[in-house]
Amino acid sequence: MSGSRLRVAVLDYGAANMVSMSQALVSAGADAVVAAGPSDLSGVDALVVPGVGAAAPAMVHLRERGLVEPLLEWVRAGKPCLGICLGYQLFFDASDEGDAGDAPTLGLLAGRTVALEDAPTLPHIGWNSVEAVKPHPLFEGIADGSYFYFVHSFVPVPADKSVVVARTTHGRPFVSAVASGSLYGLQFHPEKSAAAGHRLLVNFLGLVAGGAA
Amino acid sequence: MLARRVIPCLDVANGRVVKGTKFVDLTDEGDPAELAERYAREGADEIVFLDITAAPEGRGTMLEVVRRTASRAFVPLTVGGGVRTVTEMRDVLRAGADKVSFNTAAVADPDLLTDCARKFGSQAVVCAIDARRLPAAAGNAAEMAPPAWEVVTHGGRQATELEAVAWAVRTVELGAGELLVTSMDRDGTRSGFDTELLRAISSRVRVPVIASGGAAGPGDFVAAVRDGGADAVLAASIFHRRMHSIAAVKAAMAAAGLPVRITEEAGS
Repeated sequence: MSGSRLRVAVLDYGAANMVSMSQALVSAGADAVVAAGPSDLSGVDALVVPGVGAAAPAMVHLRERGLVEPLLEWVRAGKPCLGICLGYQLFFDASDEGDAGDAPTLGLLAGRTVALEDAPTLPHIGWNSVEAVKPHPLFEGIADGSYFYFVHSFVPVPADKSVVVARTTHGRPFVSAVASGSLYGLQFHPEKSAAAGHRLLVNFLGLVAGGAA
Repeated sequence: MLARRVIPCLDVANGRVVKGTKFVDLTDEGDPAELAERYAREGADEIVFLDITAAPEGRGTMLEVVRRTASRAFVPLTVGGGVRTVTEMRDVLRAGADKVSFNTAAVADPDLLTDCARKFGSQAVVCAIDARRLPAAAGNAAEMAPPAWEVVTHGGRQATELEAVAWAVRTVELGAGELLVTSMDRDGTRSGFDTELLRAISSRVRVPVIASGGAAGPGDFVAAVRDGGADAVLAASIFHRRMHSIAAVKAAMAAAGLPVRITEEAGS
């Protein structure tokens, strides 16, 4: 640490909401770097993959900007990476949210992204409670069942249940947070989740700092 | 369980929050970013900015307002008014908004909803529907007929040929991921939401419906959800004039058994 702020790169691959993500990280105590290409990743301590929208065009944008390989290498090297909403979904093998109903995604985690089933309203928009499946430092200091902001219609189904950290119910329960080594995924938006989201980002930075020490 | 949202709406003209009646006698009520942050602290689940800037050259100031708000109020932000193209929507989203609401522009060019949904996802596309109740035809049979509403635009000054419920269903088919339904009969009257209108629409679509127009007190918020089937409730003047706090509204909703997000900071 040596007293300096962590540098976190937010992957910019098109329509994603970069401003709020960067500002929320700054508010949580990091320096945020907008990364639109591979060269922007040098000297950063962690990656955030934000995103709202559909999987297929997102993969196209990531590829066009030469970000797919650097991202895969980053995660395989065990460096900290946080995926949010669509960014989290992209970590898995494939998504049903493609033009032909099948979009290959990054394949960092085993499983597939599918449409939310039996949801009373769709898209699932709003504040919903996030329930711990197991204790995890990401949620330290956050009461179990706290509300976070969601906006999505699809959700990943991890093949390996040991990565599941939290669940949320909209119609049926789904996996709303995962952790696998230094790879973290959240279906909700901490950058839009007021005090609870702020605390989660502070916790993420704490994990980054701990791992880097 | 998904919480029912309480959403304060701020009218913004030339970068300032304004208050007025029917777009006239506007008074300056302060900085939008500052007010948005205050509402977020008080428990607002989302903030809606309605851009009522008259002149096109004033549009740029809205992007600056969104940018400043997104850097201090960490709750979802919806911007309505003045967005007419995919490119304009991209600019608003990239400034830090989460959703864009279309009203007159959607009536004029319904394909705009489809184009924007394809580009940014349905979840970012809100269709605002201003509805006015049609007078019932004379006679006993007509009195038994269900009520009907027509869509109006330009702040209620212009009628359309569209029937509100059918239009709502169509906008969802076109790509809208959320509907903001305003009763023009109730707007500004503080006589409660038109729960019949809300129910007529919410029972026909799967996307969330935001109730608007007519809030007077916490009981109206409960009715909009319980009787109208609304997923979220929007109000302006009762919050701005500090007649009721967001916390008081949420406390009433919670007491009625509705799931709401109660925040520690909210107090009351």
